Formats: sequence, structure tokens, C-alpha cells
Amino acid sequence: MKVLEELYYSNEHEWVRVEGKKAYIGITDYAQHALGDIVYVEMPELGEEIEGGDVFGAIESVKAASDVFSPVSGKIVEINEELENSPELVNEKPYESWILALEMSDESELKNLMNSKAYKEFCENEDH
Amino acid sequence: MREYNSLIFEVSREGRKAYSLPKCELCEDEINEIIPEEFLRTSDSKLPEVSEVDVIRHFTNLSNKNYGVDTGFYPLGSCTMKYNPKINEDMAGILGLNSIHPYQPAETIQGSLKLMYDLDKMLAEISGMDRITLQPAAGAHGELTGLMIIKAYHQNRGDLKRKKIIVPDSAHGTNPATAAVAGFDIVEIKSDDNGAVDIEALKRVLDDEVAGLMLTNPSTLGLFETNIKVIADLVHEAGGLLYYDGANMNAIVGITRPGDMGFDVMHFNLHKTFSTPHGGGGPGSGPVGVKEHLVKFLPVPVIEKKDDKFVLDYDRSESIGKVKGFYGNYGMMVRAYSYILTMGSEGLREMSETAVLNANYMMNKLKEHYHLPIKQVCKHEFVLGGLEETSLEVSTLDIAKRLLDYGYHPPTIYFPLIVSEAMMVEPTETESLETIDAFIDTMIKIAGEAKENPDLLKTAPHNTPVRRIDEVRAARQLIVKWEDE
Repeated sequence: MKVLEELYYSNEHEWVRVEGKKAYIGITDYAQHALGDIVYVEMPELGEEIEGGDVFGAIESVKAASDVFSPVSGKIVEINEELENSPELVNEKPYESWILALEMSDESELKNLMNSKAYKEFCENEDH
Repeated sequence: MREYNSLIFEVSREGRKAYSLPKCELCEDEINEIIPEEFLRTSDSKLPEVSEVDVIRHFTNLSNKNYGVDTGFYPLGSCTMKYNPKINEDMAGILGLNSIHPYQPAETIQGSLKLMYDLDKMLAEISGMDRITLQPAAGAHGELTGLMIIKAYHQNRGDLKRKKIIVPDSAHGTNPATAAVAGFDIVEIKSDDNGAVDIEALKRVLDDEVAGLMLTNPSTLGLFETNIKVIADLVHEAGGLLYYDGANMNAIVGITRPGDMGFDVMHFNLHKTFSTPHGGGGPGSGPVGVKEHLVKFLPVPVIEKKDDKFVLDYDRSESIGKVKGFYGNYGMMVRAYSYILTMGSEGLREMSETAVLNANYMMNKLKEHYHLPIKQVCKHEFVLGGLEETSLEVSTLDIAKRLLDYGYHPPTIYFPLIVSEAMMVEPTETESLETIDAFIDTMIKIAGEAKENPDLLKTAPHNTPVRRIDEVRAARQLIVKWEDE
């Protein structure tokens, strides 16, 4: 299982990459592996305001459909349209396949997220 | 013909027919003089052109590929794929029962109304509910009916702010889906480490906006919810109602009753617990039972007995209305009624006891070879979490596919969602010790194959007419009807 050092992680297995005030959000390698082959990524609308912890979309795999939660609050400023036709990219390159980018409204929320080391431990505890 | 895999269109030959009709004496007019132009098709109908023997062989060969409870063991967890006694079919085939018409006046179908009235009473006794509607066509339809009744109850009291339904994260997917369709907001609560309702988590979400809680007991993990009285009291104190999903009822008949546990409304799955056909279009049947305080909201018509006559009572001002055309899937009611009468009250209790015994026997034999996440006495089913040795990278899907090679329908896989690599096994009470042992031996053999030759599993099935299916493509390019080209 791959975990990248420079990212923030939520306990719902999303990652956050910060670029200035922008936060790119995707799901982790652990999450894509647990979901299995992904067949559909349901996207929110551009411009929508979301609160940290809210559901912003869903990922459907051959096994199940799972909600995706936003680890931080803000306004949606970018959507990764490539995933609409190629959802398998989330399986292939989970850390490159961001789902959306938010303009963060409260950067202090990042403090509530895990770093790579804490997230690695978190995943080990999730396994049986 | 084991390898037969043709579409009927591939058997088709131009001009071949399976009929011979005399000349039509009424068809002297041109078709467009009889039927308005806009209703006439402009292209050919593209029906296959085949002889009678072509049709018979085609469908007989296809039907031979079917797998069902009449061909073999079917441990599909949460679905209760028990054997359906053939006496049910005999009863449903009785001319006086299968040849009635729903538009017949009530006085000419007294026998059928009595059967429905008695079935209502039997299901009420079995469940501890006060009245039953037999209308809903299946489980999820029953859930919707139940939630509409819960909504009507709150609205009737003038309590209009109750818009939330609480659903545990282990619930059947239909529960949150039903709540959404019924117009509620869904509040999910996490289960505790034993897969039971986390009482503290429940307390945190209970408030005066909660309309109700949807629950199965035994839970989706096949474990009895021992805190059920505490849960029921908490929900009732907050002003909410309790909905019982009857999917797992095969574990408790004659032993305990949802009505006694504190549930206000519930559905039955006649196609699970009461041995009516399940799958392949059923049709299903999902009667809904309610406690006294909800009886006035039941769908119309309710069958009542007045002066020794059975009547269809539509005069119920607070009813949620009709939820199905006519009276429900009547043929299924006849089958369930026959089943309950043939089993008797002792027999029904024995049914649940044997279902639980079979599941525990199997669980204890398999737990040495497969991961058992929660080590407790189970009810009618149990959930494994893949192979004990996870380093092999053999997934639950591979094990399920390998079971096909040995001629079994696999258990339910990847559900419930709270167990990783879940495999949900429900043997039911109708299987012999020999059948159960043979399945256990096969599962153990597969666990051995996973160690010695994992590729054998990863490329399974090998002996089926269709090999491993590309599930991603099947989900993304869904083609469900034949097209020319």
C-alpha cells in the first residue's frame, strides 16, 4: 500500500494536496484497493460550497457504492472531468487522480487531518 | 447440448415458422385502414424465425443451465434460499384459487378473502404485531409502505419536524434507499466492534427530528442484537418509531417476536422465511405488520369480517392509500399460507432452530480455515472475512468463482460492507448433514488450493459455460437486449 509523504489524510481514506489556498482531494491507495475496480465517479457541481465532513460525491465499484467525504470546507473550483470517462484512473493512479479542488475557507481544518505516518498506522489498525 | 450457447436469433432462418394459421376472414381491409398511421411500425419487427422444435430445444437447453434450490445447495446469505415444498405449488394450482379475477365481487371470493384474513392473523401471531397488510410486492416495497406509515403517524400527531431515519452502517442497502425514496434524511450510525448497534452513537443522534430507526435482528452479521430493549426504549423516549426489517426472520420464528422486542412496524419476506419462490422474478411478497397504534394508517383495502362475511374495507380515512394494484401477489399468499399450515407452530420453531444449528455447525468447521471476524454464537447465518492467511492475495471473489467449478452457488460476497472481504453464508434448515458436510469439505479444499495453486482460484471458474466475467465492462457497458448488428 502506497502512502505519499507530502499529503494530508482523513480517516475516511481521502487525501488532500495543498497548493496555496487550493486543496486537491482524492481517495487513497488503501481506499481504491478496498473498493476494487471502480466503474463510476459521481461528481458534485462546480461552485458548490461544502463543509468539512460533508459528502460531495460517490464512487461506485464492482463491489459497492461508497460516499466520498470532503476533509475540509470550501468552494469547489475545479472538477477532474477525465474521471467521468476513465474512472479506472482512480485505481491505477490514486494519488494523481484528484476528484476535485476546493478553495479552502478555513485552512486550520488541515490540522485535524493525519500526516502520512499517522495514516499508515491508521490503515494497519483497520486490517484484521 | 451442454455447450449450447446460442441466441435464438442465431437459430433463426428466413421463412421458418412454428405456426400454420387459416386465412383470416376479417383481414380484407388494409392494415392502415384499421389502425391509425401513427401506431404502425415502419421497420420489420425483427422476430426470430424458428420452428416449434427450435424454440423448445433453445429454451430447454437454456433452462438446463439454471441453478436453483431445486438443483443444488444455495447458501446465499441474507436471502434464505430454502427449499420450497411442492405442496405449496399444488395448493396455488387449485382451480378455485388460481382462476379468480380481482374484479370479482367480494361475495364470490369468500374463500380467498378468508385465506388472506387468516394469513393476516397467522403472521400477526408469529410476529407479535396486531394487523398485517398483504399488499406490498416484496421486501423493499414493504419497507416503503412501513416508512409511509411512520410518516403518517407523525403527521397525524401534528409533529411535522421528524424528517430523519436512523440506519446502522451494517444495514441492508434497501434501508437507506427506502428512507430516501420516502422523503426522509438518512442518519447513519456506526456499529460497535461486534457489529451491533453502538448505544452511545445512537444516543448522540436521537433528537426530536428522528422519525424512526430501521433495524434487523439478528443483525446483518447474523448476530442477535442483545441490547434490543435498550435500543427500543431510547428510540421511543425520543418520540421515534422502530422499524423491523424481516429479512433475517428465519432465525427467530417461534422463539421471539419483533412485536415483543419493541418494534412498531415491520415487513416479512414471504419469499425468504415462508418458502415462496425467491429470485428469477419470484414474484416476491412483503407483507407489513403494525402495532395497534398504527392500524388506522394501513393501506386500503383491509379485509374485515362482518356478520360471518369477509369484506374489503376501503372506508378508512387515515389510511396511507393503496400501495399496489389490486391486493398484492396473491399466489404467494396461498403458498405461504400452505407452508405455515403444513409446518404448524412446533414445526416453525424447529425450522428456526435447525437453521441456527446448521449455521453454527458450518461456522465452527470453517473458522479454522477462513477468517471469522466476530467469534460468537451466530443465528441463521455468519460472515467470514476471506481466507485466514491474507498474504496469498486470493480474494473472496476468487473463492466464490472457484465454488462455481464445484457446482455450488456461492455465498453472498462483499456484504455487509463493514467486514472486509465479506462472505455471508446462510445454509438454511432444509439441508441435510451430508449436503452441509460436502460444502464444508469443498470450502476447506479451496482454502488448500489457495495455498498450493492460487492461480487456479484467480482464473476460476474453469468448468462453467461462461468463464470469469469482466465486471468492470459489464457495469460500464450494460447491454441487456439483443440488437441487430
